[in-house]
Amino acid sequence: MAAISREEVAHLARLSRLAVTEEELDLFAGQLDVILQAVARVGEVVADDIPPTSHSVPLTNVLRDDVEVPCLTPEAALAGAPDVEDGRFRVPRILEEEA
Amino acid sequence: MSDLTRMTAVQLAAAIAGGEASATEVAEAHLDRIAEVDDRVHAFLHVDAEGARAAAREVDERRSAGEPLGPLAGVPVGVKDIVATRGVPTTAGSKILEGWRPPYDATIVERMRAAGLVILGKTNLDEFAMGSSTEYSAYGPSYNPWDLTRIPGGSGGGSAAALAAYEAPLTVGTDTGGSIRQPGAVTGTVGAKPTYGGTSRYGLVAFSSSLDTPGPCARTVEDAALLHSVLAGHDPRDSTSIPQPVPDVVGAARRGATGDLSGVRLGLVREFSGEGAEPGVMAAFRDGLDALTKLGAEVVEVSCPHFQYALPAYYLIAPSECSSNLARFDGVRYGLRVGDDGVKALEEVMSLTREAGFGPEVKRRVIIGTYALSSGYYDAYYGQAQKVRTLITRDFTAAFEQVDVLVSPTTPFVAFPLGSRTSDPYQMYLADLFTIPTNLYGGPAISVPCGLSEGLPVGFQVMAPTLADDRMYRVAAALESAVGTLTPGELS
Repeated sequence: MAAISREEVAHLARLSRLAVTEEELDLFAGQLDVILQAVARVGEVVADDIPPTSHSVPLTNVLRDDVEVPCLTPEAALAGAPDVEDGRFRVPRILEEEA
Repeated sequence: MSDLTRMTAVQLAAAIAGGEASATEVAEAHLDRIAEVDDRVHAFLHVDAEGARAAAREVDERRSAGEPLGPLAGVPVGVKDIVATRGVPTTAGSKILEGWRPPYDATIVERMRAAGLVILGKTNLDEFAMGSSTEYSAYGPSYNPWDLTRIPGGSGGGSAAALAAYEAPLTVGTDTGGSIRQPGAVTGTVGAKPTYGGTSRYGLVAFSSSLDTPGPCARTVEDAALLHSVLAGHDPRDSTSIPQPVPDVVGAARRGATGDLSGVRLGLVREFSGEGAEPGVMAAFRDGLDALTKLGAEVVEVSCPHFQYALPAYYLIAPSECSSNLARFDGVRYGLRVGDDGVKALEEVMSLTREAGFGPEVKRRVIIGTYALSSGYYDAYYGQAQKVRTLITRDFTAAFEQVDVLVSPTTPFVAFPLGSRTSDPYQMYLADLFTIPTNLYGGPAISVPCGLSEGLPVGFQVMAPTLADDRMYRVAAALESAVGTLTPGELS
């Protein structure tokens, strides 16, 4: 049985904000099925009482001193943006048209 | 070809310090070599000749002024194009960052500049460091100087190919699942992944933040150790940077080069004994092991029963982290924006931008990560993979109670022909079979050449306990002293 269907891949692509093409869906569905069946092998390990590891460095709450340090100028921060207006990032329309 | 490009970093630094060659001459020789061969090797995505000349001039001026120079002052270096370099294009091998010039330097770049290293340019990689061949670079693959029809490994294939083609004596890579070591293995060069947290991630384009580790690539172990000591050290701008002194990796490499390994216990991982590896690779690895035994090392077989689950766990953890990290490519703050016609809404512009800007392997991993992190699947996939990560770490800890280092081939196969694995992504993933366990554990590991199979280089991997980076350099340098370095024929 397939681990993942073409429809599920399409749904995940939407969640991932990827406007994939029909050809990509055809290609990815089979490839992702192979990959997911292979990685599902982690389920063979009995690990109910094993704590998860998110990270190999045992550090928590690493904070810097609360002092001012140099940072980017607004011009430098905006320099790589695809669209800028009045010293700010310009974003595409975020609200639906008024009826 | 000029002799300067055949020299090691140690030799170049000595020549510059001693006035036998200027940093400018050394930089020019390498820029000439790049101009001569990089149309065939394609190790570089961007050559910063102007920046290299300015940095070299500064070293020459400091020397004339009698100022003290660091041990790598004036030595050229190539930097993997996933590391931010101020004002110099940084693409991560992706169309989505085409033309982006970072407004700041990564910490490791700051450190190299301060040490007087001369940055030649940015080296090619699989897009966002996802791949084992550079074939997933949006700008075309790099080619293996040993055989231009074969891959130079990945993701840092550009950094490795640049070394093997004598375009640079040193390069920088990043290793998330083997991206420094596997390219080192298949190009006959040295690649070291430091302890996670030993080198700063600040200024790396993030792929998998709990695994990404920048490190040195070189043609000799001592050169790698010298670059390691420049790159490493605590960085308050990286919250996972380890606030401890860097081990004496250079001293360890020099000690290893004396060829005495008496009392050193090498752990041979039973679960890695041949399964999945080409016979020629195993034969070269065994030769390397014999060489180390002759130097006094003892071989002990150890069992790491959960290593067989490292590849599946990695290919859940890394895509999960990447799907989250790559959310920042939204077409707003940097890089590409597609479809913004004043009518389309933000989400649609975002989806069109990401569709146009990401290549197939990045899309596959983003989708897998989104799946593994989604409610209903989280516990079975991502959560379970994190538990397996704990068990793999315990395997390492137990093994290091019996032995000083673990050894294996670096990668199961020699450089494969371009195009032979791209249609089956999982076949590509298998290149990382032996390198991935270390990334999940967080310890250091190095690949050093141990011989040839079918006329192509084979890498020998040495894995050490967390923060014992010096140990792997000692063993690697001893092996190098026994088997020598590998030199490819002239480029055809």
